[in-house]
Amino acid sequence: MSIQLALDGVSRSFDGFKAINELSLTVEKGELRAVIGPNGAGKTTMMDIITGKTRPDTGSVMWNQTIDLTEQDEAGAARLGIGRKFQKPTVFETQSVEDNIALSLAGERSVWASLFHRRSPAEATRITEILELVRLEDQRSDQAGDLSHGQKQWLEIGMLLAQDPELLLVDEPAAGMTDAETMRTADLLRDIAGKHTVIVVEHDMEFVRALDCRVTVLHQGHVLAEGSLDHVSANPEVVEVYLGR
Amino acid sequence: MGLIDRRMGIFLAGLFVLTVAIPYGNLAMSGQPVPSYVVSLLGKYLCYALLAVALDLVWGYCGILSLGHGAFFALGGYAMGMHLMREIGDRGVYANPDLPDFMVFLNYEALPWYWHGFDMFWFACIMVLAVPGLLAFVFGWFAFRSRVTGVYLSIITQAMTYALMLAFFRNEMGFGGNNGLTDFKDVLGFDLQSDVTRAWLFGLSGLALAAGLLIAKAITDSKLGKVLIAVRDAESRTRFLGYRVEEYKLFVFVVSAMMAGVAGALYVPQVGIINPGEFSPANSIEIVIWVALGGRGTLVGAALGAILVAGAKTLLTGWLPEVWLFALGALFVLVTIFLPKGVLGLIEGRQKGQSASRERAAARADGVDLEVRPEELRGEEVKS
Repeated sequence: MSIQLALDGVSRSFDGFKAINELSLTVEKGELRAVIGPNGAGKTTMMDIITGKTRPDTGSVMWNQTIDLTEQDEAGAARLGIGRKFQKPTVFETQSVEDNIALSLAGERSVWASLFHRRSPAEATRITEILELVRLEDQRSDQAGDLSHGQKQWLEIGMLLAQDPELLLVDEPAAGMTDAETMRTADLLRDIAGKHTVIVVEHDMEFVRALDCRVTVLHQGHVLAEGSLDHVSANPEVVEVYLGR
Repeated sequence: MGLIDRRMGIFLAGLFVLTVAIPYGNLAMSGQPVPSYVVSLLGKYLCYALLAVALDLVWGYCGILSLGHGAFFALGGYAMGMHLMREIGDRGVYANPDLPDFMVFLNYEALPWYWHGFDMFWFACIMVLAVPGLLAFVFGWFAFRSRVTGVYLSIITQAMTYALMLAFFRNEMGFGGNNGLTDFKDVLGFDLQSDVTRAWLFGLSGLALAAGLLIAKAITDSKLGKVLIAVRDAESRTRFLGYRVEEYKLFVFVVSAMMAGVAGALYVPQVGIINPGEFSPANSIEIVIWVALGGRGTLVGAALGAILVAGAKTLLTGWLPEVWLFALGALFVLVTIFLPKGVLGLIEGRQKGQSASRERAAARADGVDLEVRPEELRGEEVKS
């Protein structure tokens, strides 16, 4: 198996506070990985660094062992094949559900390509497939802003699928979902993994258990433990900083 | 739906009737029911309408609240004014075949280099597009790349037009200083004082407005238009989808500036003067009021707003000149509070009783994001 993403000695501080401290982390292609940790452990900053939003002070973030992601901006990272789902569902509220998917669909992103873009039959089919998968085909022409919280989560997952990224970064997907929805999300993420690499940041232990994957525990911007959920749960340090609370 | 939806169809039909009926009433009917000054006045309104459409394209669809669009309008106007000055030739007060009157008066020995070429109409026409376009490109290049957004961007656009105003007031700039450019005689050999020429200019303004509306509609209907709306509503999210937001903003800003330049170029021969007052910040703010009043993000509404406010201004300033600015301010406040979707929203809302969902969504879209984020101040990335 080849390495998808390798963070090596990454640090980043904000106003003297070290959000990320000598973080090293390797994720293999097609892997499903859960990242857990208490508030302020640096999970969001880590994702910001991987997606080109934040530049680290030191360290390297290698993509497919060849490209240094610290030199990319958000659009650059997205074009390389990194998709991101936010904790708070962020969809284009004044546009239709269908247009949200259409905007996310993989393809040329330049100004000219967008100006003269005509939707191909293949793209139309793909949009319908995705809407069916996330069960929003009936809401196709509704304004995305009118969807329920859970539906927005699904729409955003649909947008990620449309983007067809090599790596998906998913921030607390289960937040605000019902138990049934949570389990369906876990199933979906397990399905996606393999074809895509998936990193899930999550608080909900039930959800992480349902993912049934390798777990990385972050604490104060550093990796505290790594392994199966049972393995890290047995680690006394982890229990102290996180699970025991 | 096509390029011409119901709203656009009605407006264009009305515009067509107007551009035919007004010159007809002025030139062909006995008793001249439409006086000549009305033709020029309405022609001026149509130029304002085109300027409003240009602003709506960037503000309504991409969330760029430019408070400097008057600058692009004035630059287009100056480019045309320079040609009209050159066309005066030796018929000026000083009868100098090479230098415009103000240059003779200010003891210029020769034509400044940047005046060369403006004796040719086609060159002036290119400059009408190129000068505002280039300024917008350079300005936008720096502003959008450094991710200046919201109220900060508005302030620097305002500063831009103010700086230009101060510069153009200086006699040394070579644009007639304080007095600007005036005393135009003719354009392409047609007498600017004649009713027929004025009717033609009026018709051309109508045509330019229609073209501007259709170009703006084509842009906003395309996938690029959807990306612009995405940028307006969730800029950061758009970046994470792989769109280079700064490139999209730059594109629409330049197109809009060129449109404003054309509006200025058609305005100048109809009013007969261009001076640095056109760069004044108040003018640019007035454009924003037109768009807000007509209905932001509707194109047609912006054009309608410009015509309504400019008409009200003509009436009120003739009648109670001191009251106008207060009336304008009151109008803006009232529209913002009671008509968040503008006059067009009022008309259309009455007509078909839109679904609640659309109302809500549009109200959200109309909210001006002037929120100041501390992260922006520090120039740091916003943490989600």
